[in-house]
Amino acid sequence: MNVLFFGITKDIVGSSEISFSDDFKPINVAELKKQLISSYPEFLKLNSLAVAVNSEYADDSVPLNGNDEIAIIPPVSGG
Amino acid sequence: MKKIIEIVDVIDTARVYTELSDAKSGGICVFVGAVREFTNHEEVIALEFETYKSMALKEMEKIADAALEKWSLNKVVMRHAVGEKGVEEPVVVVGASSAHRDACFEACRFLIDTLKETVPIWKKEKFKNKTVWVSAHP
Repeated sequence: MNVLFFGITKDIVGSSEISFSDDFKPINVAELKKQLISSYPEFLKLNSLAVAVNSEYADDSVPLNGNDEIAIIPPVSGG
Repeated sequence: MKKIIEIVDVIDTARVYTELSDAKSGGICVFVGAVREFTNHEEVIALEFETYKSMALKEMEKIADAALEKWSLNKVVMRHAVGEKGVEEPVVVVGASSAHRDACFEACRFLIDTLKETVPIWKKEKFKNKTVWVSAHP
């Protein structure tokens, strides 16, 4: 399972993409956020942390599958 | 074409009038966002924009559709730039045309306000001695 990172989250993890091995694959959005926060406590300091699954905002209960496109969306600041 | 949704490297503000102009439209309203020289009294050298493009286009599409549903509009344009932009350069242009001015004024405000809330685009402010991701921290 691959996860894409943008903006400040890309700086925090030091990469625009991370692969999760099958043993550590989060089952849903809530689990993914929990794993990321435990690996990168800096995420807790952000104003918000959203997740997109297949380029749609996804709430905590949305399940994750290996072939989904998953992205971490820090606070947006376009315009 | 009723709506134009784009993410581009460079914004040409001169195009938008032709894109929104329409025989049925008595009003055209456009908002252009540009790079400001100072943030909290600190001099900005440039802004750098990045995006999650496929999702950003989808979200912009949703906003344009919501505007077309809410107001009686003839045309809608939403265009955002990415990459590094210097002071006074345009970074976003949104606009709408309608038979009378009320609809396009209200729609134009909705387009930019909602874009800033939901579209996955991020900007980094580059100052002389530091860079800051805008809105990332409280």
